[in-house]
Amino acid sequence: MARVLLFGRLADIAGWRERVVDGASLADIRTALSADPDLAEALSGKGVQVAVDKAIVRGEAALTATSEVAFMPPMSGG
Amino acid sequence: MSVTLQTEPFEPGALLTAFSAGRAETGAVASFTGLARAEQGGTDILELEAYPGLTDAEIARIALEAAGRFGLQDWLIVHRIGRIAPGEAIVFVATASAHRREAFEACDFLMDYLKSRAPFWKKSHGPDGARWIEPTDRDRTDVERWERP
Repeated sequence: MARVLLFGRLADIAGWRERVVDGASLADIRTALSADPDLAEALSGKGVQVAVDKAIVRGEAALTATSEVAFMPPMSGG
Repeated sequence: MSVTLQTEPFEPGALLTAFSAGRAETGAVASFTGLARAEQGGTDILELEAYPGLTDAEIARIALEAAGRFGLQDWLIVHRIGRIAPGEAIVFVATASAHRREAFEACDFLMDYLKSRAPFWKKSHGPDGARWIEPTDRDRTDVERWERP
């Protein structure tokens, strides 16, 4: 289980910014989110980064019940 | 040495006055204030999204790198998030050093980073609707200046 956050255009595409999703790994979370094909495509797009508990991760990560997973599209600067 | 992300407007002059006060060993304070542009009526409101806890930590990490690289005594970064109207201050950076060159260069470096790579997501709301904004080619080449040997 993880609290999933979407930023930027990802939230617009999904129609939500924060949701609790079942899963013990990032792969589980991606599978659960792929119920929305538009979101799945956007999440696999170029430059999308993932953070677990506010630290950017590359590849797989194990999650706990209190993990916060963020999907971040390319950063625009301020 | 601090990074603040805030939804409330700020007054750049007051920040600069406070930052400059009580410095006996600082010879130079450089500052930069960025304002939101109207883009000839194309932008009514700029909406800036951050990830609190990640955005501020990442900015602080780069600022500490700049402090080491340029020999800063102190620095301050204040960035608006949320909805910002044209003409309002969106970012304030101040740097303090013994001599002017270090303060100027560190301020320039920090702004190039903030404008191109800092973890923000920016949306422009205008008469033609809303659109997400990506860094411009100019933003990218500006930040690359600091990576040359």
